[in-house]
Amino acid sequence: MKARVYVTLKKSVFDPQGKTIHEALRSMGYSSVSDVRQGKFFEVSLEGVSAEAGKTLALELAHRVLANPVIECYQVEVDA
Amino acid sequence: MRVGVVVFPGSNCDHDAYHVVKHVCDADAHFVWHKDSSVAGLDVIILPGGFSYGDYLRTGGIARFSPVMKGVVEFAGRGGPVIGICNGFQILQEAGLLPGAMLRNRTTRFLSQPVHVRVERSDTVLTGGVEAGKVLTMPIAHGEGNFYLPDAELDRLEGEGRVVFRYTTKDGQLADSANPNGSARAIAGVCNAARNVVGLMPHPERASEGELGSADGRQLFVALTRVLKAA
Repeated sequence: MKARVYVTLKKSVFDPQGKTIHEALRSMGYSSVSDVRQGKFFEVSLEGVSAEAGKTLALELAHRVLANPVIECYQVEVDA
Repeated sequence: MRVGVVVFPGSNCDHDAYHVVKHVCDADAHFVWHKDSSVAGLDVIILPGGFSYGDYLRTGGIARFSPVMKGVVEFAGRGGPVIGICNGFQILQEAGLLPGAMLRNRTTRFLSQPVHVRVERSDTVLTGGVEAGKVLTMPIAHGEGNFYLPDAELDRLEGEGRVVFRYTTKDGQLADSANPNGSARAIAGVCNAARNVVGLMPHPERASEGELGSADGRQLFVALTRVLKAA
């Protein structure tokens, strides 16, 4: 089973990397790009757990390790 | 008195910290490997700067799970002095011993330069005897030193007098141009509620002898070792 964990900076947190990428895209002429936020993506392989238990586990991993809840938020998807 | 300098894979200021403790302050210094599960016999613990675990995941985000950190957390809980410098500060934040988190510098660039920081509090283990308002010149060297906490928590931190160092001009004035990484309220260092755990981004161990351009950092090591010698 794969769990996919998406970690992004909270909306209230300034993202200098995203801003720099945004400015680069604008300077290339992509004028319709109004904002860019950079984040992280983790693909976690799980064995021997149900989909429900896998999701609970992935949420725990995200909260304790993969994300820093002071500055980041996370989303988890699990497929069997 | 025994000072332990923790060595993580990727630490690179460990020898500098050891040198200043041992040869500049004439105190007993020991390296502690990050896989050691005990910190028994130590009277102060320094988490040095560097790039523990290559800054993978987040700065300090993996090192906080090193076996030694369990002992460090217990030591801090008993009131033992713990100092985190640069990456060591980031590890203490990740471990929950100090508040806040470090964002990428606002310039997105790695910054390696001398800065001026104003001592805000002289009632911590690192700043005892250094008068508040004094300006110290020390280098910074980091890519993620942009201190962040939500406003309400910043207010609480300030109310509790836990901002220990702030980036200022040479004259001790706050100025946006003197805040190199964009830290909230120009915060360069903080302490825990009990004031025995202190983290700072500048490197006092790189500014403890005149040959290095500044010996201002030495005052902090002297304060730290003096407090302990008296204890």
